[in-house]
Amino acid sequence: MAWAKNILRVNLTEGTCKNEPLNMEWADKYLGQRGLATKYFVEEVDPKVDPLSPDNKLIMATGPLTGTCASTAGRYSVITKGALTGAIACSNSGGFFGNEMKNAGYDMIIFEGKAKSPVYLFIDNDDAKLVDAGDMWGTSVWDTEDAIKQKHQDPQIRVASIGVSGEKGVKYACVVNDYHRAAGRSGVGTVMGAKNLKAVAIRGTKGVGVKDAGRFFEAAAAGKAVLAGNAVTGEGLPAFGTQVLMNVINETGALPTRNHRDVQFDGAHSISAEAMAEPRESDGKPNLVRNSACFGCTIACGRISTIDRTHYTVAERPQYQIASGGLEYEAAWALGAATGVDDLDALTFANFICNEQGYDPISFGATVGAAMEMYEDGYITDKDTGGIELKFGSAKALTDIAELTGRGEGFGAEIGLGSKLLCEKYGHPELSMSVKGQEFPAYDSRGIQGMGLTYATSNRGACHLRSYTVASEVLGIPEKTDPLVSDGKAGLVKAFQDATAVFDSAGICVFTSFAWSLEDVAPQIDAACDGEWSVEKLLEVGERVWNLERNFNNAAGFTAADDKLPERLVKDAAKTGPAKGLTNQLDKMLPEYYQLRGWTPDGVPTNETLSRLGL
Amino acid sequence: MQKSLNIDPEKCTGCLQCELACSYDNESVFNPAKSRIKVFSFHEKGRFVPYTCTQCDEAWCMHACPVDAITLDKATGAKIVHDNLCVGCKVCTIACPFGTVNYNADTGKVVKCDLCEGEPECAKACPTDAITYVDANWTGLDKMRAWAEKTDAGQATA
Repeated sequence: MAWAKNILRVNLTEGTCKNEPLNMEWADKYLGQRGLATKYFVEEVDPKVDPLSPDNKLIMATGPLTGTCASTAGRYSVITKGALTGAIACSNSGGFFGNEMKNAGYDMIIFEGKAKSPVYLFIDNDDAKLVDAGDMWGTSVWDTEDAIKQKHQDPQIRVASIGVSGEKGVKYACVVNDYHRAAGRSGVGTVMGAKNLKAVAIRGTKGVGVKDAGRFFEAAAAGKAVLAGNAVTGEGLPAFGTQVLMNVINETGALPTRNHRDVQFDGAHSISAEAMAEPRESDGKPNLVRNSACFGCTIACGRISTIDRTHYTVAERPQYQIASGGLEYEAAWALGAATGVDDLDALTFANFICNEQGYDPISFGATVGAAMEMYEDGYITDKDTGGIELKFGSAKALTDIAELTGRGEGFGAEIGLGSKLLCEKYGHPELSMSVKGQEFPAYDSRGIQGMGLTYATSNRGACHLRSYTVASEVLGIPEKTDPLVSDGKAGLVKAFQDATAVFDSAGICVFTSFAWSLEDVAPQIDAACDGEWSVEKLLEVGERVWNLERNFNNAAGFTAADDKLPERLVKDAAKTGPAKGLTNQLDKMLPEYYQLRGWTPDGVPTNETLSRLGL
Repeated sequence: MQKSLNIDPEKCTGCLQCELACSYDNESVFNPAKSRIKVFSFHEKGRFVPYTCTQCDEAWCMHACPVDAITLDKATGAKIVHDNLCVGCKVCTIACPFGTVNYNADTGKVVKCDLCEGEPECAKACPTDAITYVDANWTGLDKMRAWAEKTDAGQATA
């Protein structure tokens, strides 16, 4: 129950699709999705593998709750060795694709090898086959999704695909499903492209069962009531989306601006949730059309937006005069504050292009920010950019580069390297605002100390979704801690990391954790799944998953020296706001963190820790 | 009092909790593909529209059925398909102008909304009140109230 107890193994080199039973012993130790797929991955793949070689594998995985009526239970993750980072990658997506995979009868799809020519996987319940995708190669995510539905004459097919950027090797390409939901980070789409796998299209009609229906409905309903009654999940997120944070984080003095030169952005209001709701001059309508939900989600934080039809980006291009996935906080920050651009329509357009061509707006925007700094400092010239004036604040430069990156052409191909390789190429590696090759998201760790440790120790490179201590340090969830103080943050980060790994392994969205603790999650998993699932057991799963990922990275060649922040954050103090005069105190937090984790001072899990966790 | 499902697309976020509830009640598994209510996403317009049987008084499906397998539940007004009588001829699916009666290839019978014996699960599951179950004579009440308020506000500022 809950699990389909079935895996599809697709060998792209051989062109074969085979079923195999899910390893239920592992399911009991790793739950599903992030945890369980990572277990399969580390058992099967050499940690030293080149992410783009056929020997790397890529797993699409659902959680046991995926497809049930638990709130937000439509998630799936893509697990591989990341093209951007060379570390374990696990990118989580909503939309409706995960539910369809589970309904077709699969917990996971494991892709091996590399197809000789472009293909897509088509699944109609038990029938799985590889189909030629020659006519789709070179087309966008949006066109690919439409083409597959048309070809099979079934509008109810769900599609996850890569755009041209993923084909062309942009290092942070995504896997995009349902037009604008994405497994976004670490270059999981780049790996898919390297395998000549254009898309996965699924129609599933089998249904998903649970162990104890009566108890499950009760637990799921209780969970939904908690979400509805919570100020963040019941009011803030539905009304404003994640963009509710833009002005809050700016006032906190933790909005990284112009490649982290500053921590506050004078244009923050112009790109905020409040600005998205303001009627514009041309047609009297706001940017925001409405909120929308992923499968089963009773929060509905998603933004559906339109671009002002008179804006230079779309005035002559009716294909972009549509409602589509609008700005979430991370995208608005990366495309806006990180580049100094405060033109809401330009950001929305760049975001549409990110979705259409399938690449991560966080890494893209941050890389553009780094390139802008190098341009202004004279390290990158007009000759390099092909004549694009790459100045901070230039909306035109941002949108031109977005289109070039989408096609992997011109200077866009260089932006597609990510900030680490780009800054190394132009001789200034210190200007890459990244950890383990992955760009920071939208929180400056000088103003929110715990996030520095979060970024430094994240197993997939800099990321806010591995331990969102912003919840505690800024929003006071579950309890308020001082964002300017590093004391106590090692324990906070560990607790968030372990709990988050459970949410990511269950099939539910991590945003529920604004309102839910594991006390709310455990009864839902216990009623749905075989076995017994207490809070204690789940916490152990979370800690086990974290150490499993860490072990893989260590074996891949990462060391404690990679758990570090760029010098800008630990040497250059914040210039304004509440954190003025502060740097991030990573050196104070990291040793304590290793100790709490049961790792050596070199960041390696001790034998005692491994055996305690059954690793 | 007879009640009707009342659908307000403005409030729908497209989460499909209605489809999950409907399919579980009828099939004992979560399976949107077997739901009697469907939510349509017009994604380039940003619109989500739940749609299901409106339980016509002079129901085309009921009149078209050659074996009288569709009957009226007088208490709820629902038109009910009796699986023991349905022969799967699909004539009702052709007769229905709205497409809300559909064939289920797994069972060889047709399926349609039966209002869950007067306690529709879709309405209970909807988190935004986009689907409600209200007095059949007053499905327009919410819209009237909204326009009444607008009219009143217009007068107040006039």
